[in-house]
Amino acid sequence: MTRLLVVEHLTLRFGGLVAVDDVSFAAEDRQITAIIGPNGAGKTTVFNCLTGFYKPTVGRLTLTHPEGHRFLLEQMEGHVIAKTARVARTFQNIRLFPGMSVLENLVVAQHNKLMRASGFTLAGLVGAPAYKKAERAAVDLASYWLDRAGIVGRADDSAGNLPYGAQRRLEIIRAMCTEPKLLCLDEPAAGLNPRETAELNELLMFIRDEHKIGVLLIEHDMSVVMKISDHIVVLDYGRKISDGSPAAVRADPAVIRAYLGEEEDEALPPEVSKDLGAAGVPAGS
Amino acid sequence: MQKAVAAEAGARLEGGWAEMLRDAASVAAVSIALAIPLVGFHLIDHLSTTQVEFRFGQLFYAVAVIFLGRLGLLLIGAGWARPIASFTSALSLAWLVNSAASAVPVAYPALGWFTFLLAATLAVRGWHTFYRDTAGAAAKARQAGLGAMVSRAAVHLTPFLVLVAVSVPFYAVMADDKRAVDLGILIFTYIMLGWGLNVVVGLAGLLDLGYVAFYAVGAYCYAIVSIELGLSFWESLPLAGALAATFGVLLGFPVLRLRGDYLAIVTLGFGEIIRIILLNWNELSNGPKGIGNIPRPGFFGIAFTASPPEGSIAFHEYFGLDYSPMHRQIFLYYIILVLAMVTNWFTLRIRKLPIGRAWEALREDETACRALGINPTNTKLTAFAIGAMFGGFAGAFFATRQGFISPESFNFLESAIILAIVVLGGMGSQIGVVIAAIVLIGGPEWFRDLELYRMLAFGALMVAIMIWRPQGLLAHRDPTIRLGVAGRGGTP
Repeated sequence: MTRLLVVEHLTLRFGGLVAVDDVSFAAEDRQITAIIGPNGAGKTTVFNCLTGFYKPTVGRLTLTHPEGHRFLLEQMEGHVIAKTARVARTFQNIRLFPGMSVLENLVVAQHNKLMRASGFTLAGLVGAPAYKKAERAAVDLASYWLDRAGIVGRADDSAGNLPYGAQRRLEIIRAMCTEPKLLCLDEPAAGLNPRETAELNELLMFIRDEHKIGVLLIEHDMSVVMKISDHIVVLDYGRKISDGSPAAVRADPAVIRAYLGEEEDEALPPEVSKDLGAAGVPAGS
Repeated sequence: MQKAVAAEAGARLEGGWAEMLRDAASVAAVSIALAIPLVGFHLIDHLSTTQVEFRFGQLFYAVAVIFLGRLGLLLIGAGWARPIASFTSALSLAWLVNSAASAVPVAYPALGWFTFLLAATLAVRGWHTFYRDTAGAAAKARQAGLGAMVSRAAVHLTPFLVLVAVSVPFYAVMADDKRAVDLGILIFTYIMLGWGLNVVVGLAGLLDLGYVAFYAVGAYCYAIVSIELGLSFWESLPLAGALAATFGVLLGFPVLRLRGDYLAIVTLGFGEIIRIILLNWNELSNGPKGIGNIPRPGFFGIAFTASPPEGSIAFHEYFGLDYSPMHRQIFLYYIILVLAMVTNWFTLRIRKLPIGRAWEALREDETACRALGINPTNTKLTAFAIGAMFGGFAGAFFATRQGFISPESFNFLESAIILAIVVLGGMGSQIGVVIAAIVLIGGPEWFRDLELYRMLAFGALMVAIMIWRPQGLLAHRDPTIRLGVAGRGGTP
C-alpha cells in the first residue's frame, strides 16, 4: 500500500474565521477513507482545498500516483487537478448537467481524452477515423459504468429527469469516467433510502476493489461509514480530533463528546440510543 | 368532469357577483382617472387659437371597454370560459365581417378596433382557459411534444427547405419580383447572425447583448481591406472572420468570470464601445459619414455592371444576357445562402464534438465542468471566438451588399433583434432560428401595408410567444449521442 494522499498542516482562514485548522492526515491507495464530523466541522472545505476550489492559507497537499508521479495540489488550478493529478469529485448538492442526456454527461467527463483524439476539434470536424474510434471507446466506457450503476436503460434520458438516487449514482460514475486515481465523494448517501444506500455501498466497494483507486468519503450516514470505510478521520470545529480504524474511532471518547456532548449521565432519547445501537455503539458509553 | 367544473363554477359565482362587479368598477374608476387627460381632452388648432374639446363619447367608450374586459376576464376565471369565449368569438367575427363589407358604419374607427381587440383577447383567453381546464394534461403534453415533432420533421424536411431556398431567385425572375430576392438576402443575413449567436447564447449559455460589434468589425474590416489593399471579397472574407474572432477573444478575456446579468451588461457595453469608436475614429472609419464605394463582389472576377471599364467584360455581356440589376442581387443571395449553410453545417457538427459538448456542459454547470477537468477559460473563449467569426463573415457580406456602411447600421437594436431571433426560436435550436428570423424579419416586411400597426403587431407577437412558449418556439434538444442501437457511437 502506498500513501496516495498526504495532507500536512492544512489551514484555511476566511478573514478571522478559521474553517480548517492545522489538519494532517493521509489516505492510502485502494482504501476508503471517510471524513466525518458534525455539521460545520470543515469537511467540505477540506475537499474544496483538495480539488482546487479553495487555495489553502497554509499547508501541503501531496498526491502520489501509484506509478510514482507526485503532485502538489495546493499549487494547482481546479481543472488541472482533475485533468493531470486525476482527482475527481462529486458535490453535496448534486451537480449534473441536467439538460443533457445521461450518456452525454458521461462523455463530457472524458472531455480531455476526446479533445486530444479530435485533434482539438480540427480532425473531428472532418470526421477522422481516429476520432470516431475514440468516441466509440468513450461510449463503451460510459456504458460499462451505466451498467454498474444500473441505469443503462435511461442512458438517453435527460439527467435531470432521473430519480434522486439514480442522480447520485450518475454523479459518481461520471466522476469515475474521468478515470481518477483519487475519488472524493461529498455525502453520496444524503437523501437516499435504505435500499439505495445499500446499492451505493456496493458500488463504492466495487470501485475500491476492482478499480483499485483511493476513495475519500464525507458522510453523515453511519451505516455507510462504518460498513465500508477502512480508515476514518474525524473533524470538529476545523480540527482533527480522531484518526484511525472504524472500531478505534467508534470507541474514542473525543468523538463521542463531539457528537453527543459532555454530559454522560444524562439519559439519551430513545431514538438516539436505537440509532447508536444500529451503528454498533454501546449506549451510554 | 365538465359537469363538475360547471357546478363548482356555479358555486363560486353565488357569492362572487358583487365582488366581481366591485373589482371591475374599481378598475374602471382607475381607467377614468387615466383616460380623462389621455382620451378626454382633445386640442384643436383653430386658426391662431387653441381650443380644448372634451370627448365624452370616446371617454365613455374607453371606460366601458375596460369595465367589460375586466368583467369578462373575471368571469373566465370563475368558470364561464366557454360562454364568454363563444360570445366574444362571435363578436370578433361579426366585427371582421362588418369591417370587410363595411355594412354598418362605426362611429369611431379606432375605438372599433379596440373593441375588436378586446373581444378577440377575451375569446383567446376564454378558449385557452376552457381547453386547459378540460383537457389540461393532454394539451400540455402536445405542446411539449411540438418542439420534438418539428425538430424531427425538420431533419426530413431539410432537403425540401434547401430546395425552396435555392429556388427563390427563379421564382423572383419569373414573377419579376425584385423584392423577394432582397427580402431573402435580408432574412438569410439574420439567419446566419442568429446561427452565429446561437453558438454563444444557445450552446455556451453566455448571454451576449453586443453581438452586433462583431458584425461591425467584419463589415469595416472588409470595407477597409478591400478599398486600401484591393483584396477581393473571397480573399477578405477569412480576414474579416479572423479579425472578428480576435475581437471575440478580446471581449472574452475580461468577462470570463462574469455570468448572467453581469455578462450581459458588459457585452452590451462592448457593443456600444465598438460603435462609438467607429463613430469617432475618423482616420480609420471616416466617422459618421461612413465608408462608401465598397467594392461589390464579382462572379469569378467578372463584374456586375451596366458599363464595364475598358478592357474588361461585364457579367451580362459574358453570358449574352440583357443587363439587369437583379443578376447581382441573385448572386448575393446565393453567397449568403452558402455562408449561412456553412454556418449551420459547422454548428451542427461541432455540437457533436467534445468542444461543443463542453460548451453545453458549461451552460449547465460551470463548477461541475471544472471538477471534470474541463478548462473553462479556453472553452468560453472558443465559443466567443467562433460565434464572433460568423458575425464577422456576415458583416463582410453586409458591407459588400450595401456598398456603404456607417456606424448607424450597428446600433443596439440590431443586437436585440438578433438575440430575439435566437431566444424566440428556442435557445440552441437551429430550425427555430430560421422560423424566428422569417417571422421577425420577414413579418414586418410583408406587413408593411399595416404601416404603424406593424410594430404594434410585432410587440403583440413577442408578448404572445413569451406567454405561451416561454422556452421559445422550438425549445427541444436532441442528445448529441445515443446509446440506442440506431445511434450507436454517433456520427460527428
